[in-house]
Amino acid sequence: MLRLDGVSVRYGEVLALDAVDLAIAGGERLTVLGPSGSGKSTLLRAVAGLEPLAGGSISWLGRDLAGVPPHRRGFGLMFQDYVLFPHRDVGQNVAFGLRMRGDRQADMERRVAEVLEMVGLAGYGRRRTDELSGGEQQRVALARALAPSPGLLMLDEPLGALDRGLRRRLTEDLDELFSRLRLTILYVTHDQEEALALGQRVAVMRDGRIDALQAAEELWRRPATEFAARFLGLANICSAVVSAGRAATPWGSVPVPGGTPDGERRVLLRPDGFTPVAGGPVCGTIEARHFRGERHHLRLAVRDAPPLVVHADWADVPPLGERLCLDIDPRSVLVLD
Amino acid sequence: MVDVLTRPFVAQVAWFTLWQAVVSTVMTVGLALPAAYVFARFSFPGRRLLGALAIVPFVLPTVVVGAAFLALLGPRSPLNEWLETTLGVARSPLRLEHTIWAILLAHVFYNYAIVLRIVGGVWAQLDPRLTDAARMLGASRWAAFRQVTWPLLRPAVASAASIVFLFTFTSFGVILLLGGPRFATLEVEIYRQTAQLLDLPVAATLSLLQMGSLLALLLLYSRYQQRLAVALRPAPSPTARRPRGASEWLIVGGVLAMTVVLLGAPVAALVERSLSFGGGYGVGNYAALFGPASTALFLPPLRAIGNSLVFAAIACLVCLVLGLLASIVIARWRGLAGQAFDALLMLPLGTSAVIVGFGFIVGFGALGGLLPFDLRTSPLLIPLAHALVALPFVVRAVVPVMRSIDGRLREAAAILGASPARAWREVDLPLVGRALLVGGGFAFAVSLGEFGATLFIARPDAPTMPLAIFRLLSQPGALAFGQAMAMSVLLMAVTALAVLLIDRFRSGAAGQL
Repeated sequence: MLRLDGVSVRYGEVLALDAVDLAIAGGERLTVLGPSGSGKSTLLRAVAGLEPLAGGSISWLGRDLAGVPPHRRGFGLMFQDYVLFPHRDVGQNVAFGLRMRGDRQADMERRVAEVLEMVGLAGYGRRRTDELSGGEQQRVALARALAPSPGLLMLDEPLGALDRGLRRRLTEDLDELFSRLRLTILYVTHDQEEALALGQRVAVMRDGRIDALQAAEELWRRPATEFAARFLGLANICSAVVSAGRAATPWGSVPVPGGTPDGERRVLLRPDGFTPVAGGPVCGTIEARHFRGERHHLRLAVRDAPPLVVHADWADVPPLGERLCLDIDPRSVLVLD
Repeated sequence: MVDVLTRPFVAQVAWFTLWQAVVSTVMTVGLALPAAYVFARFSFPGRRLLGALAIVPFVLPTVVVGAAFLALLGPRSPLNEWLETTLGVARSPLRLEHTIWAILLAHVFYNYAIVLRIVGGVWAQLDPRLTDAARMLGASRWAAFRQVTWPLLRPAVASAASIVFLFTFTSFGVILLLGGPRFATLEVEIYRQTAQLLDLPVAATLSLLQMGSLLALLLLYSRYQQRLAVALRPAPSPTARRPRGASEWLIVGGVLAMTVVLLGAPVAALVERSLSFGGGYGVGNYAALFGPASTALFLPPLRAIGNSLVFAAIACLVCLVLGLLASIVIARWRGLAGQAFDALLMLPLGTSAVIVGFGFIVGFGALGGLLPFDLRTSPLLIPLAHALVALPFVVRAVVPVMRSIDGRLREAAAILGASPARAWREVDLPLVGRALLVGGGFAFAVSLGEFGATLFIARPDAPTMPLAIFRLLSQPGALAFGQAMAMSVLLMAVTALAVLLIDRFRSGAAGQL
């Protein structure tokens, strides 16, 4: 459906997008995850036609989009802080796209009511946009983008301006809405939970390039690159020499999955793979201990090694300052290259 | 009074006043809107400098504007000299100085910065993604402008247009200098009736007509503003960016070139003429300013410069003291009384310099019997009138800053042992100081350039620089013209310098005008 071939976008001297290749199938939901400045918003703007390409091409349904202005692409774009039209009420905001394509008044009213209902704002049509809460504005922006039934819906950090609790709830709402409408979605976020919850596939961006592109579960289980792993919060990464089924890391000698070839490798220890074992291979002093409800987040000071992050979901976590020895499940040891 | 108002010439003058103001406003807005767009949306080399220079015409004394346009379009214009030599035609093929075109162009030159600043300021605050959002919903470039940008910009355009209309409706110096005998606005006619025809009743009636129209205008404007006001969320980050692609560079380049020519040509012509002396170039005109009494002025030109500086200093001082006291009162009295006092002090802005001058003559004439001395002949009269004209600027600069001072700062000072007076001196005064400096600078600049009121009340033997320029320009002869040019350049330089300094100061904590 949507195809990007070597797409580059330049802001003055800066290459914001650097030869990006990407393909999205019809009805697929792809999330783009990355730190700020990695080019993910630029990617959306390029697809939308709001940024001129410095190179490459974008095609939709097999048709090259070069020279097609944004208003003729038939895409929807929802902005981070919504960008609602301040001089129009909720209904007029939602109706804008319908009016632009010349719908009849009666059709317009029906569609506006339908979409507002869909996002849980039935009866809000006459409200002014500045009377709404952040969550309500977010829904209006979504309704406005959905109203003309765009072939591709792009969302740029749509939940970024909301507080944590609301974000969780809306993530679930969006997930259900997307499934129900079978939309083709390109969703940009810097929040890994959102990216994993909403995307069938996730593209991790770094410095204008796609660093990793994997199915969501696969990315979480086995991130393809060190950058992606670190961005997902997996920080226990080091170089280690693998031989005879074990890796000699600075934290201690740990088992690796069967079939790992010997030699110098980048190795990742998942923080949730540890169990306390007297005389275990990884020992250190508990330097920090944060209770997070389902588990404790520990930071272990290990001699001659960087601090080790451990997520402890077992009972009787020792207090701060205690020495602790651990073993790790070989399935939680990932060899990155 | 009714008898005066029904005379045909009054209808003629009123009609001319109205239509020239409408046409000037439409031209100014039309020419300045593209520049507002370019300055709001694009960053380019020299943007800050050009933006600062673009306000210079607005602060130039009207006499200097008149002189500059005479230099550009009059019989001694460098354009004309060039046309004469190249075409070999008889004298001065291009004569615009007594045409409506000179007046309209001067009004555009003068008021361009108002539209550029007000509309450009709002445009820069307008989130460009609003347009993007409209485009993504299927709006073409033009539809997005019409449906989104324009409705959001309209209050600012209306606001700027109202101010331009007000200024051109009350235009005096420019029309007196460039219009010749054929064109008269209400202002010019009030002056003629007073000074030349000595018909005070007619002048008084015309003044009332003028003030009535202005009042009606201000009321209309404030109702319109209330109806249209839309709360804008300011754009999250600076919205200006480099132009991309040939077409954007072309737009930016074209608009900037037009702006530079429009605003630069009259100033350039003024400077060129001031340096043109005896068939070549030199500083002869400037040297003459320091010479003996000229035949046109009947006194050494240096005296006029001295008068102007002394008057400006006094006016500035009076303005600072009165402005500070008035601001304290306005900032403290939050109720109706404060608002009424605030509105009263803004009155000089809503009337016009000519009416202030006329009022001084008539008012202090009426007081003549009550006072032990005749104020009308006092040299203090001029700085007092200037202070009155400039007072609104000082109050506008100081009051917002005063109001924005957190009352808890004073409480903190009190708890630390400062008496109320001491707390005010230690907390309020330093914070208000910058705004006061800005206001004082404006008062100084306004006084230096004030023409309308001064023309009424100055004694012939104590002219200010604008008056001297006016007199020199009404004399025949190359020498008087050259001196007028030189003095205009001096006045322009001092005013521009004062205002550019103020502008640098303002980009801090100071209030807004």
